[in-house]
Amino acid sequence: MTQRQVAAPKESTKEAAAAAFQWDDPLVLEDQLSEEERMVRDSARAYAQDKLMPRILEAHRHERFDREVMTEMGALGFLGATLKGYGCAGVNYVSYGLIARELERVDSAYRSCLSVQSSLGMDAIHAYGTEEQRQKYLPKLAKGEWIVCIGLTEPDHGSDPGGMKTRARKADGGYQLSGAKMWITNSPVADVFVVWAKDDDGEIRGFLLEKGMKGLTTPKIEGKFSLRASITGEIVMDDVFVPEDNLLPNVKGLKGPFGCLNGARYSIAWGALGAAEFCWHAARSYALERTQFGRPLAANQLVQKKLADMQTEITLGLQSCLRLGRLMDEGRMTPEAISMLKRNSAGKALEIARMARDIHGANGIVDEFHVIRHVLNLESVNTYEGTHDIHALILGRAQTGIQAFTE
Amino acid sequence: MKVLVPVKRVIDANVKIRIKADNAGVETTNVKMSMNPFDEVAVEEAIRLREAGTAQEVIAVSLGVARCQETIRTALAMGADRGILVETDVELEPLAVAKLLQAVVEKEKPDLVIMGKQAIDGDCNQTGQMLAALLGWAQGTFISKLAIGQGTAEVTREIDGGLEMLSLKMPAVVTVDLRLNEPRYASLPNIMKARKKPLERLLPEELGVDVAPRLVTLKVEEPPKRQAGVKVANVAELVDKLRNEAKVI
Repeated sequence: MTQRQVAAPKESTKEAAAAAFQWDDPLVLEDQLSEEERMVRDSARAYAQDKLMPRILEAHRHERFDREVMTEMGALGFLGATLKGYGCAGVNYVSYGLIARELERVDSAYRSCLSVQSSLGMDAIHAYGTEEQRQKYLPKLAKGEWIVCIGLTEPDHGSDPGGMKTRARKADGGYQLSGAKMWITNSPVADVFVVWAKDDDGEIRGFLLEKGMKGLTTPKIEGKFSLRASITGEIVMDDVFVPEDNLLPNVKGLKGPFGCLNGARYSIAWGALGAAEFCWHAARSYALERTQFGRPLAANQLVQKKLADMQTEITLGLQSCLRLGRLMDEGRMTPEAISMLKRNSAGKALEIARMARDIHGANGIVDEFHVIRHVLNLESVNTYEGTHDIHALILGRAQTGIQAFTE
Repeated sequence: MKVLVPVKRVIDANVKIRIKADNAGVETTNVKMSMNPFDEVAVEEAIRLREAGTAQEVIAVSLGVARCQETIRTALAMGADRGILVETDVELEPLAVAKLLQAVVEKEKPDLVIMGKQAIDGDCNQTGQMLAALLGWAQGTFISKLAIGQGTAEVTREIDGGLEMLSLKMPAVVTVDLRLNEPRYASLPNIMKARKKPLERLLPEELGVDVAPRLVTLKVEEPPKRQAGVKVANVAELVDKLRNEAKVI
């Protein structure tokens, strides 16, 4: 690096090297990205800051989901971005992660919509569906014309999806689905539903349901204090007839939903750090501007220690996410590594958001400062797609060989 | 119709500018660089002309260090058809830029050059005007509207006190203002396609242009820090301060 500056006098070379420390990018992640990845990130950041940031205050305050966000993201190619063909861009996993980070820098709700549509929905149809199913659904989902939601979690089965009660009974020309799915992002506004249910042999299978099918209702969950800019609901199936053609034929068992969770959890690992970065930067600015006892808050050692902790955790976390993305792009991803980073990012982001709220004092509880919104959102992010504790148990099992949660 | 759009790599508009420790210039090491925002408007306008069928080809040109090709790729990802990089490590001044562009124009023979009215780094606002003069072409500067007629470019210029409508005989150089359009975001499929679009590299010597600087930078300094104000207790104190301290009344 210093070789490039040989023309400069010796002292100033030293100074230039010291001055080049980037407080907001200490390990220069920027240089580790390809030109294309930076362009993707720039597009996502510009869109998120110009178009999402001005909306989020009202969307969160009044619990409003803007349907156009999906078509806007679709027009930019963010939805199902890693898939090739079917109107998808075919970018790498690092790029997908960078998009997640930029969207969640604004709000976890927008990143949730991205993850659900891309990984849980489109990946499932792409990986487990027939060519006809791909042709029918993927192009419209990629454009954001249709919204897909995923039914795995049930009121009584969250961390334990293997115990699901939803049944798909064989019927003439298809299946009869009955049961209820809970905590489903976008279910009240979805056009397509990927529902995981047990068939007559007790095997978990995936089914594609469509809005308007008889017996299918999607009540909204009221009273949410988190992810208020995305709508969450139930999927209630009262003997919904699903034609044979709507079965996802290419997978059986829990590995179906778990396969798609990998992509979603990966995007959360990046995304949560985007939210954390917002909170850290906000806390730093606030601490520099707010004066108490005749000097800025940032002059206090306690505050500086907090800022240093935020900076360190985010920097280390982002390096790890980048490494994981590279492994995914090389086809060497392991679900355990994804568990580690989903858990680490979500947990650390939540801690950072709480610390940032603390630094903001009373202003920290006002939505106009945005930090409390991230605190509330990250409570969900730390819980969904495998809780902090469940991922610890996955990692514990992976290194001891002993499963702490029983079947 | 063929449209040429010069694009400049500048420090990103959101970056807080820092002066180098030796006051020789602005710190650019590890600083995020982007396309000059006015040039984004120019690229957008050119692409719209092509999408409307008025233009057949849009060429993005950048001049400077090798990494300027990233700025060209951004233009290609927005929709430009191909790029030209004139590569040099010399700090280019407006006259050198105008001469290099003149050489590229003579090589490519576009009907229209659309460019930003100025770059947000040097704020020179000279290159478009110099280029038009060197080429002997018509020029329309600070435009907020562009329509192509029969061999003419109908432009609306933002001038002090109002808008001026001009009809320029083509070929012409126009420089654009921010109100002309809202540039699009590069979509992911277009970013992927940009990789495959042709990008030609040239050297100033190949174009026969001397790019040696004419100006010497003596010193670059930050603007003086704003002093905090004081509160006065009453009108009498204010008048007293204005009269005796500021000596303005």
